Amino acid sequence: MTCLPKSAPAKKLGLVIDLDICVGCQACTTSCKEWNAGGRAAPVTDYDAYGATPDGVWFNRVHGYEVEDGGSGRTVYFPRSCLHCDNAPCVTVCPTGASFKREADGIVLVDEDKCIGCKLCSWACPYGAREYDEDAGVMKKCTLCVDKIYNANLAPASRMPACVSACPTGARSFGDLGDPASGVSRLVRERGGYDLMPEQGTAPVNKYLPPRARTAEAAPLASAVNDRGHALLKWIDKVFSR
Amino acid sequence: MPSTPEPFVDTAPSVADDVQTTTCYMCACRCGIRVYLRDGQVRYIEGNPDHPVNHGVLCAKGAAGIMQHYSPARLTQPLKRIGPRGSGEFVAISWDEALTLATEWLAPLRARDPKQLAFFTGRDQSQSFTGWWAQQFGTVNYAAHGGFCSVNMAAAGLYSIGGSFWEFGEPDWEHTRYLLMFGVAEDHASNPIKRGLGQLKSRPGTKCVAINPVRTGYAAVADEWLGIRPGTDGLLIAALIHELLRAERIDWDYLVRYTNAGWLVIDAPGAADDGLFARDAEGRPLCFDLRTSSSGDALAAGSTPALVGARTLADGRSARPVFELLAARFLDAAYAPAAVADATGIAAETIARLAAEIASAALDSDFAIEQPWTDWAGRRHARMVGRPFSIHAMRGIAAHANGFHTCRLLHVLQMLLGAIDAPGSFRYKPPFPKHVPPAGTPATPGDPGLPLTRMPLGFPRGPGYLAVAADGTPQRLDKAFSWEHPLALHGMLQSVLHNAWAGDPYRIDTLFLYMANMAWNSAMNVPGTLRYLTDREADGSYRIPHVVYSDAYYSEMVAYADLVLPDTTYLERWDCISLLDRPISDADGAADAIRQPLLAPGRDVRPFQDVLLELGARLDLPNMTTEDGAPRYPGGYADYLVHHVRGKQQGPLAGWRGADGADSLVGAANPDQLERYVANGCFWREPLPESARYYKFANRDYLDYAERAGWIGSTQPVVLELYSEILQEFRLAAAGHGEHQPPDALRARLAQHFDPVPAWHAVEARHSEQDYPLYAVTQRPMHMYHSWGSQNAWLRQITSRNHLYVHDTLAERLALADDDWVWIVSPQGRVKAPIKRMQGVHPETVWTWNAIGKRRGAWGLDDAAPEATLGFLLNHLIPDMHAPDEHGRVHANADPVTGQAAWFDLRVRLEKCTAQEAGATAPEFHDVRGTHGPRGGHGPLRYGAALKGAPTGRHVAAQEVIGIHRGDGHDA
Amino acid sequence: MTPAFSIIFFTTASGAGYGLLFVLSLLVFDRALPAAFVLTALAVALTLVSIGLVSSTFHLGHPERAWRALTQWRSSWLSREGVAALACYGPALALGAAVAVGAPRETVIALALATGVLAAATVYCTSMIYASLKTIAAWHDRRVPALYLLLGAMSGLLLARFLLAAFALPAHGLPWVTVAIVLSAAQVKRAYWRAQAEHRSASSLGTATGLDRLGRPRVLQPAHTERNFLLKEFGFEVGRRHASRLRRLAIAFAFGVPLALAALSALPAFALPAATAAVVSAAFGLVLERWLFFAEARHTVMLYYGGAAPAPSRSVPTTGG
Ligand SMILES: Nc1nc2c(c(=O)[nH]1)N[C@H]1C(S)=C(S)[C@@H](COP(=O)(O)OP(=O)(O)OC[C@H]3O[C@@H](n4cnc5c(=O)[nH]c(N)nc54)[C@H](O)[C@@H]3O)O[C@H]1N2
Ligand SMILES: Nc1nc2c(c(=O)[nH]1)N[C@H]1C(S)=C(S)[C@@H](COP(=O)(O)OP(=O)(O)OC[C@H]3O[C@@H](n4cnc5c(=O)[nH]c(N)nc54)[C@H](O)[C@@H]3O)O[C@H]1N2
Ligand code: SF4
Ligand code: SF4
Ligand code: SF4
Ligand code: SF4
Ligand code: SF4
Ligand SMILES: [Mo]
Repeated sequence: MTCLPKSAPAKKLGLVIDLDICVGCQACTTSCKEWNAGGRAAPVTDYDAYGATPDGVWFNRVHGYEVEDGGSGRTVYFPRSCLHCDNAPCVTVCPTGASFKREADGIVLVDEDKCIGCKLCSWACPYGAREYDEDAGVMKKCTLCVDKIYNANLAPASRMPACVSACPTGARSFGDLGDPASGVSRLVRERGGYDLMPEQGTAPVNKYLPPRARTAEAAPLASAVNDRGHALLKWIDKVFSR
Repeated sequence: MPSTPEPFVDTAPSVADDVQTTTCYMCACRCGIRVYLRDGQVRYIEGNPDHPVNHGVLCAKGAAGIMQHYSPARLTQPLKRIGPRGSGEFVAISWDEALTLATEWLAPLRARDPKQLAFFTGRDQSQSFTGWWAQQFGTVNYAAHGGFCSVNMAAAGLYSIGGSFWEFGEPDWEHTRYLLMFGVAEDHASNPIKRGLGQLKSRPGTKCVAINPVRTGYAAVADEWLGIRPGTDGLLIAALIHELLRAERIDWDYLVRYTNAGWLVIDAPGAADDGLFARDAEGRPLCFDLRTSSSGDALAAGSTPALVGARTLADGRSARPVFELLAARFLDAAYAPAAVADATGIAAETIARLAAEIASAALDSDFAIEQPWTDWAGRRHARMVGRPFSIHAMRGIAAHANGFHTCRLLHVLQMLLGAIDAPGSFRYKPPFPKHVPPAGTPATPGDPGLPLTRMPLGFPRGPGYLAVAADGTPQRLDKAFSWEHPLALHGMLQSVLHNAWAGDPYRIDTLFLYMANMAWNSAMNVPGTLRYLTDREADGSYRIPHVVYSDAYYSEMVAYADLVLPDTTYLERWDCISLLDRPISDADGAADAIRQPLLAPGRDVRPFQDVLLELGARLDLPNMTTEDGAPRYPGGYADYLVHHVRGKQQGPLAGWRGADGADSLVGAANPDQLERYVANGCFWREPLPESARYYKFANRDYLDYAERAGWIGSTQPVVLELYSEILQEFRLAAAGHGEHQPPDALRARLAQHFDPVPAWHAVEARHSEQDYPLYAVTQRPMHMYHSWGSQNAWLRQITSRNHLYVHDTLAERLALADDDWVWIVSPQGRVKAPIKRMQGVHPETVWTWNAIGKRRGAWGLDDAAPEATLGFLLNHLIPDMHAPDEHGRVHANADPVTGQAAWFDLRVRLEKCTAQEAGATAPEFHDVRGTHGPRGGHGPLRYGAALKGAPTGRHVAAQEVIGIHRGDGHDA
Repeated sequence: MTPAFSIIFFTTASGAGYGLLFVLSLLVFDRALPAAFVLTALAVALTLVSIGLVSSTFHLGHPERAWRALTQWRSSWLSREGVAALACYGPALALGAAVAVGAPRETVIALALATGVLAAATVYCTSMIYASLKTIAAWHDRRVPALYLLLGAMSGLLLARFLLAAFALPAHGLPWVTVAIVLSAAQVKRAYWRAQAEHRSASSLGTATGLDRLGRPRVLQPAHTERNFLLKEFGFEVGRRHASRLRRLAIAFAFGVPLALAALSALPAFALPAATAAVVSAAFGLVLERWLFFAEARHTVMLYYGGAAPAPSRSVPTTGG
């Protein structure tokens, strides 16, 4: 299945991430760890959990940037996970068929039992969304919580990607970006949702919403009193009842 | 070749054998969680969508609960010290031995002088229980951590508006249109704030402004960021007040109805009643009624008080309304935006614009909730008029020595705009508001062997309610409620170790601490604090003879205890989040919650509350034993939660009270109460009646409800105080009036700081600006909880070391590049740290993440862990005590009114490290691993491998084929 | 990119092996050669190829599943490379057998040509693994396949010259073909470095985050404070001065010295020592060249971590010769 689906997937499941309200809290990164630790890609190994070089497998990471805009600038937090690209180079380079994009919903997955751990897909992905498990010797990545979003063993409210359920600000939305009527598609339209590195030609499904423009300024207050003495005089007969 | 078929994907694997609810514990937000259990292990933790606190969301810590629960740093058995303090040399003992030892230490103290036990409980979520225990023991030396946390915020609020931010109130997230956030990095309402901000920002026409020297987190997403100079918020707020008054953009109606704006203040400089309210024979405050042109009951409904003008009272004394005093102060040109711009670092035009924006947001809104309500006087109002302007503030303004007044200034700003508990404004969460001040006064020492007559902590109503001896010396070890810090409502944990060591005001025998890492990140001046813990007398005995400590993990503090009482984790015990201490209510309803044990500890540990009850029984404390001497609560804390009743049939839990569970708030004990909680998702919430949800301080339906619940003593309205008579009473005492007199050395200090009208004054500069030109502050990382985060395998991967963040221009000036190392130098010492440049910080302020640096040997981490080798604490640089004043008195580095630790008054300079010095942090402390310090182990952690299905071992074989060595790892 | 020794070794060794197979196929086509020579050359080539292939599996997390890499030839250059590499063994071994049993010359020529074509195809596939990656501007360059092919041919020629000398067989025009190939390889490498120095990536931290809409982003906090897979795999940075020194060495050893020695090897008296030295020098130079190919390459992922845009250092040393 290293070839991409011949026709565009019926559904394009993905995430929309609102950079305007992401506070960089990392809830999406640890909730992702927590679901996937025992999930399809389990374990999401930690190599040196209590040691000198803490490092491990994460499907989602949140960066902090400052943007110099000529004024006072701004700080922007930026979560980064697999974008489930329509034109996923990570899939086409895979020599084993371990990487595949699902026909049904466009989710890009790795079949760990087939993966030989050549890492070529991680070289092909522009976004660093592939996470090689050095311990297991296979490539892992965001599964879009494929074992959660459809899982009839879970309460309906829990059938959401873990990162989306957890995100306290509501900066992460999940849905079918192939359906123009979906909530996520509407968000993308209304807020000018964009692709990361469009020049790479990957046609990402996930979209990012830009931080909003800062609001306009108000005029200062007009004086009602000239000075302290005037104010006290002016207010001496103010009548309000308790 | 045919196209390879798409691999089969199991989209609906079975996940758990059982899903149980409980309450998260990684911070004081106390969110509801659902814990998925599989094969006796935690498979997944998600937010409980039904829970009133988090509505299903989680934060990074909560979502890393698995790693918290399985932390290798967990204590496993009671420990008795055998080596010197700090060495970490222990022997493991049985619980019986541990409790026998504790009883042997404590019983004689109770018989002789109970205050020889200092029982302080840190980040305690069971304060109504631990405080009650201290009361039964008879020691006044009890408090939790609030003194070094945010007591300024609490005290200023409770002494002005009967509530505050934090657990006391919240912005009306749903309706507010304009939010000012002062000095908030994370706060206790972690998830509600994040949800609220997300909602607010996603609603068109709203604005949120962050006032903070640092632009990260909430300040990053704010629509406007004002990088203020630390410690000057009060000045900025005063300037806003100046602008509002100058433009007469204030809510006159609100001021007259709900605040003491019209109350008359006696104007008799030098006299004993100067600055007190003019009162009638019954003690009711007076106003000058413009309709009757005479003074009358200021509380009378329908009175029309004059707001300005000197009046002569019937007895000939002169008096002026509160509002005039306030207006006179803030209309002063000294508070004009242009006058404060330099000091605050915020341009005059910006301040003026801000004032215009908030006035417009609050006053020009047509927003109201169409809900009739009745006020305290029985008058019907057709609708609830909105003031969609709100404020949230936290330690950024509280943790300064001038923080009390800064917080009061904020409340004045809110009152002027009518923006307290109006739709769209700041709102109280039940059981707040309380009357000003709330009921209950601080305990003073009683007779040995007897319980205290009241809870140790309380609310002084004036100089006569302090815990001081006749000669004015403090009766409490921490000097809370003394003339030094009269309104230290939360005690002063930060002074306890110093004072016990110095014998000032006296020596103690036993220091009993519960979940407070006082040997590390909760201490100011860590090196000094370690000395207090280890200094000995000539005879070799320790100055603080006994230290008992309960922790759940091997923290830095453990190594300094003589007796360690190991606690359970949050998934292993019963707990209660009670309306009697720090509730989880929201503005629309009262709520409380429990934790239930979901996993058996499998270690020789016990819930601390169970241990306290058993210790209480062994000590034969009243109410902890039955008449025949048997334990009163043999079922431990769960038993207590259900059966303990106080006040008017209140208990730790407010839900499902009464024998049949039909009552709420008050009622007899219900033996099935915990089952009812569990069945309801481990929480209880009762929505307030719709008509009781706003204007609670004057809302009859609310006041009736709150009185019935026992939250307030009467249905009288809560009058919001622009002017504090209680503060003035302290000022009068300082001037020599009244029967309770402070030591002379403290008179000037009291006179300055007990200003009845909020005032801003610069924090006293104790060293030259030239030597220490920079401000240094810390922030909480959203994904770490104080020191506990670093033992969490996932959280520490995000942040296992910290940098000192430095503004580009400052870095340029000091020729510093990213990752250069500097000495951060304060009068207290120096700390070595790597720097990172940034733009979004006040140019003369440097900052770092709180509590990332760890001591070697603690928390189950490797000796070479970045936390210990590269991570650093600013705490080493923050003085706990100031140099003696001209009277030879040593004062705590704290607000003179409340005792709030002034963490953020730190001033420093930076010195670039030499090449030899760079690369490792300093100061270094010896490692504390000792005999029982756990080691997290090496090699890969494969948590969840077994939860997915039977491990196949296939990968391991493959690695061996190609001879790549990997550690043994540990499958879980 | 972090240079992985197994891959460097694989691409250079198997490149040389396939190069030798290719040259051998032309030699066999050109003239009748002693069986011993052909068999030895085949053995040398196949050994190099095999060692290279085996070494490449050291890079794998699951070498025991390496066979799976043959399945996706329709889309994956890595898979195609595997298929071509394995396919090449067929004619090559058959060629050996044919020579050993003294099969008719037509058969030998046919097998030799098949071997040569498959050898060239394999090297081309290898090069396309790199050249097809848009994420790494230093590799996504049309000169990369040409370089791989030329360098493979060059190694093959140098090895062939050495073997001819060892068997005391005449070289005919081979040294001059070698000189031409070395010169073209050097020329292409030079053009490649030039082009890379000029190259301005379309990707930047601004496009990677979309924050170019607001201004110029810079890193405030990395996602994690310690290193991770991405930084280990892609975060290697070679200092500019160090790189240009290594480039000069690579040019000297891979092109300069072999060029001179190849010419010198035309003199029968110097044939063996010159050819031997040329092989040794080229081996060293090509490993260096391949190391730089990795070390100087920048992956777009590094943009998120504040790494510069994926363009290698600007210094373009002039090629020798
Ligand atoms: N994730 C997480 N959550 C926590 C905690 C935790 O450790 N981790 N701790 C809990 C506890 S105990 C507490 S007390 C709360 C504290 O909650 P916060 O008060 O929100 O936490 P701090 O990190 O102390 O934040 C202080 C903020 O004030 C700013 N600041 C410093 N000085 C000034 C000043 O003079 N003026 C202004 N305007 N701002 C200033 C700092 O830059 C910082 O942003 O958080 C609670 N919640
Ligand atoms: N520089 C600087 N220092 C600060 C602050 C700052 O802003 N800047 N903030 C201050 C403030 S506001 C606070 S509140 C303090 C917080 O500081 P502390 O209250 O000391 O918080 P922790 O460091 O988390 O220590 C609490 C201890 O409780 C233990 N513990 C955790 N769970 C359990 C449990 O279930 N049972 C038991 N028995 N123990 C448990 C932990 O292992 C830890 O040792 O830090 C203060 N220190
Ligand atoms: S983001 Fe990367 S890993 Fe995910 S589909 Fe796109 S190319 Fe593949
Ligand atoms: S690492 Fe695995 S998934 Fe990635 S390309 Fe290689 S075989 Fe495919
Ligand atoms: S969708 Fe699931 S796997 Fe992907 S980042 Fe979110 S939580 Fe992780
Ligand atoms: S959980 Fe939401 S707010 Fe927090 S870092 Fe992730 S996307 Fe941002
Ligand atoms: S905010 Fe996070 S750590 Fe705190 S209680 Fe909620 S989920 Fe737990
Ligand atoms: Mo705190």
